Amino acid sequence: MRPEPEAATAAYVAHHFPDLRTQEHAARLGMWLFLATELLLFGGLFTAYSVYRYLYPATFAEASQHLSVAAGTINTIVLITSSLTVALAHHYAHHGKGRRAALLLLVTLGFAVVFLLIKAWEWSHDFHEGLLPGRYFHSTELTANGAPMFFTLYFLLTGLHGLHVVIGMTVLAVLMVLCWLGTYDHGYSTPVELGGMYWHLVDLVWIFLYPLLYLI
Amino acid sequence: MSQSLDTTPPSSADEPAYNPRNYLNAEAGAMSWLLTRDHKRIGIMYLVLTSVSFFLGGFFALLVRIELLTPGPTIMNAMTYNRMFTLHGVVMIFLFMIPAIPGIFGNFFLPLMIGARDVAFPKLNLLSVYLYLIGAVIALYGMIHGGADTGWTFYTPYSTTTVTKVVPILLGAFVLGFSSIVTGLNFIVTIHTLRAPGLIWMRLPLFAWSIYATSIIQILATPVLGITLLMVAVEHAFGFGIFDPARGGDPILFQHMFWFYSHPAVYIMVLPAMAVISEVVCASARKNIFGYKAVAFSSLGIAFVGFFTWGHHLFTSGQSTLDAGIFGILSMFVGIFTAIKVFNWTATLYKGAVVFTTWFAYFCGFLFFLVFGGMTGIALATVSLDVHWQDTYFVVAHFHFIMVGGVIMAWLAALHYWWPKMFGKMYPERWGIVGAMTIIFGFNATFIPQFLLGNYGMPRRYYSYPERFWPLNVASTAGASLLGFGFLLIAVYLLWSLKWGKVASANPWHSRGFEWDTLSPPPVENFLSDPIYTHPPHDYTEVPSGAAEVKHAT
Repeated sequence: MRPEPEAATAAYVAHHFPDLRTQEHAARLGMWLFLATELLLFGGLFTAYSVYRYLYPATFAEASQHLSVAAGTINTIVLITSSLTVALAHHYAHHGKGRRAALLLLVTLGFAVVFLLIKAWEWSHDFHEGLLPGRYFHSTELTANGAPMFFTLYFLLTGLHGLHVVIGMTVLAVLMVLCWLGTYDHGYSTPVELGGMYWHLVDLVWIFLYPLLYLI
Repeated sequence: MSQSLDTTPPSSADEPAYNPRNYLNAEAGAMSWLLTRDHKRIGIMYLVLTSVSFFLGGFFALLVRIELLTPGPTIMNAMTYNRMFTLHGVVMIFLFMIPAIPGIFGNFFLPLMIGARDVAFPKLNLLSVYLYLIGAVIALYGMIHGGADTGWTFYTPYSTTTVTKVVPILLGAFVLGFSSIVTGLNFIVTIHTLRAPGLIWMRLPLFAWSIYATSIIQILATPVLGITLLMVAVEHAFGFGIFDPARGGDPILFQHMFWFYSHPAVYIMVLPAMAVISEVVCASARKNIFGYKAVAFSSLGIAFVGFFTWGHHLFTSGQSTLDAGIFGILSMFVGIFTAIKVFNWTATLYKGAVVFTTWFAYFCGFLFFLVFGGMTGIALATVSLDVHWQDTYFVVAHFHFIMVGGVIMAWLAALHYWWPKMFGKMYPERWGIVGAMTIIFGFNATFIPQFLLGNYGMPRRYYSYPERFWPLNVASTAGASLLGFGFLLIAVYLLWSLKWGKVASANPWHSRGFEWDTLSPPPVENFLSDPIYTHPPHDYTEVPSGAAEVKHAT
């Protein structure tokens, strides 16, 4: 916290909270709980992945070869770097430097776009090869039993993750505008922190997806 | 901070005095309700919405019972029958039993019990109502367009291949899950951050402890159901094959993932019921709870162990004997935690000064259904017995006793106990007792025959049955009709009391629960001045002197 007098931040306190500290604590706790629900949401798909990888270990390893490790690695680096920029954005917002925070959020959004572009390229490549989920699967090279299941899980996992990237981008874009307008320059920057937490979760999920899908 | 509202304080807590400036008349107009962030108004909205759902689900149940009145076809064909029991299950579980008690009484009373002005996130709270409404409308759309015939459990591979409209109902349940998560998240944060000064954890009302345990399950289990239902929807719509053996999938995986949520969901339903009962028992015995910590921590115990019992739904699904044994033993732990509660509730009654009110009648009904249903649950958790009873009416009767009996008894107890606080009016006590007797008798008459039917081997969800099951089915349908009549009676006298009921005092039951420390109905900001707590709730050691007992900050 910046050493600000109570009065300067009093305007941000909702009527049912005794002080700003409690309100920020509540917001942070709420966000952590929400992130826990997100982990459990992905947890269902990770469970399905574990079960089917146990059933078809050789096929999953073979199917994984048809993904581009280079694209996956670049995307991992892109997302981890974007976590750094979003953390820096929060740092500057916290210290009342809204404009600089907005620029860093813009850089984060740029990384997110790069991630989605690479992902789109990968998907179109998979479409072209017939590496598709379930009944749409028609690859000529990969015929082993269980291969359609790998791509079902691949598309469900990366699709759900991609949806989270888009939601995260929307949140960060709104925060970017508000930062630029100086909304968080007066000692209250919790929304930027919460948006950053969400973005870190999006990265974290990818850090598990990357080895599970590309590196087996 | 001092209270800014100019509200006339009542002369005495015992004297009936309608609080003239309350949350109900603070603002007028439809928009003041539709956009409200007041937890009390949101509680009332949940009361209206879940009650409508309850009557809808009850209507489907009666249709099912009428169809089963004769061994052959009675009023509908087999497909309609399948849709009816599916709708009954979906509506009752997702639209009534999961949201009802937390949505109505959790929202209304949790802040009042911890001395807060509202829940932590009032806007999210309003969002949860709308998510409930959207989920209900999507599911209703599916029902109007034919409805699913899968049963509320959506077992694969049937649910992914049926020609009926499964997808809207799955998506509706998915959205309803969001509503449930938002409510649970809100309650946990509220209990952590908004307790008034002096309200340490060991003074937290037991209602709040149990709601807290419920919320943990809502947060951690619901997302798994969400993703599972989405997978079924995707498979039904696009043939992704994730649960389809023909494409290398495993339909049993669905059962595991479904019950990973849906078994804990049973505790999402019954823990709030236990929350209500822990309050009601103190107020009726006029004693502090016997074994506060045991009751509080057994709620958390149920929430925890509830996550590791799902396999008892799969005893006959090819599970290994070792797995089945482990899941059976873990399931019995729930029985231990529940027994801790039951013993402490009954010990609380010991030498208590009990006045036989309507809500006390429901408390007695609750104990009966919980113990009877619970004991049959222990029997079902025994693998060798379950193999005989699997998918028979014994299971139907068991879960209706413990889940539905428990929830409905507690819901009605809460409705009567807190009616004066919520609306400032008294319900007619004699009609209340008549209603309680009708409900409790009707419930037994409906489901005891089903225990017998199941034990004789009648499978659940069957459209027709051999003639030897006829008499017991007639008895069950007669009981269900009585039950339906009882609910109508309660609805009529409660609505009647809103206009013509006697005016309630701030604390007509002389309860020492914290929520009674404010006026009836409560003012918008809940308390006239911010409360500071120096005693645990339900401290009846001194002669009560109404609202003055809580010290107020100036």
